[in-house]
Amino acid sequence: MERKQTTILNNVQHLFCALMFLIFSLSANAATEVLEFDSTQQEQQYHELIDELRCLVCQNQNLADSNAALAQDLRERTYQMVRSGDSSDEIVDYMVARYGEFIMYRPPLRASTYLLWFGPLVFLLLAVLTVVLYWRRTRRNTGDKLDAASRQKVRQLLDD
Amino acid sequence: MRERGLFTRPKFLIPFIVFIAVAGFFAAGLRLDSTVVPSPLIGKVAPAFTLPVLDQGDLTLSTDQLTGGFYVLNVWASWCLACRDEHAILVDLSERGVPIAGLNYKDKAEDARRWLRDWGNPYFVTVVDQDGAAAIDWGVYGVPETFVVDAQGVIRYKHIGPITQEVAQREILSLWNASKQQS
Repeated sequence: MERKQTTILNNVQHLFCALMFLIFSLSANAATEVLEFDSTQQEQQYHELIDELRCLVCQNQNLADSNAALAQDLRERTYQMVRSGDSSDEIVDYMVARYGEFIMYRPPLRASTYLLWFGPLVFLLLAVLTVVLYWRRTRRNTGDKLDAASRQKVRQLLDD
Repeated sequence: MRERGLFTRPKFLIPFIVFIAVAGFFAAGLRLDSTVVPSPLIGKVAPAFTLPVLDQGDLTLSTDQLTGGFYVLNVWASWCLACRDEHAILVDLSERGVPIAGLNYKDKAEDARRWLRDWGNPYFVTVVDQDGAAAIDWGVYGVPETFVVDAQGVIRYKHIGPITQEVAQREILSLWNASKQQS
């Protein structure tokens, strides 16, 4: 009886392991289509592009990580364009013409994106400025400025 | 010095004001739907395609043949559940005379045929985009999507997701009526 139970448990464990293996191997497999390139530069260009282009279906993933059907199609299109010798700029322009700048994980530097690019720096400078002002003020306030009368009062209080 | 209160030292209010401003930005951000990506194609000439017509053998249709008249292009598939939500509205629009072309996206011909038989056919023509290549040119990233193209062949409006009555009235019908008055 006990023996039988352990075998069942073993089977369940095996099943569980097999399932986990399947689930994780699926997610790890997103962008591992077998592709052939003419050169290692081409291969590198392809991988850089699919890393920098956003999947529009699952928006927090890039094309490389996404399993969505559209991501597969766009990887395929990127691959074809890389193979036919298009430059990275041309491929990104092609995607932007269809899906807008949202497809770029790295937004271009221009007037409408200045806040996005330099906002963090502005906040850092503000923080530094605040700290410096605060520090200067507290140092001034805690300076040795007690006059004779106050000293007298303090001494009196301490003696009591 | 110590007697100075809240109102004589407005510096106390600065963090509060900053908090309100940041909270305001977050509140506005919550209202934005990040799944709707604005299309760069609006105001541009509709991308060209030449695609086989559903159930018409070797017959193909190209965008050149569509240009010259106002039309609505609806991207749909029989496997797309949201397409069923908007289908009755499309049928209603076509009954009001709006010319709607269907772009059947990555579908099986028999499924598409059955869908049109079961739910009604609002399309004056249905073209088949088997591999989704034409859809990429139109910047489609999900089904259903609907485009309004004017008589000059320029995309005037795009709706992502199923059409609602409101969108049908406010956007599609009003563009259609405006184009009728022009011609």
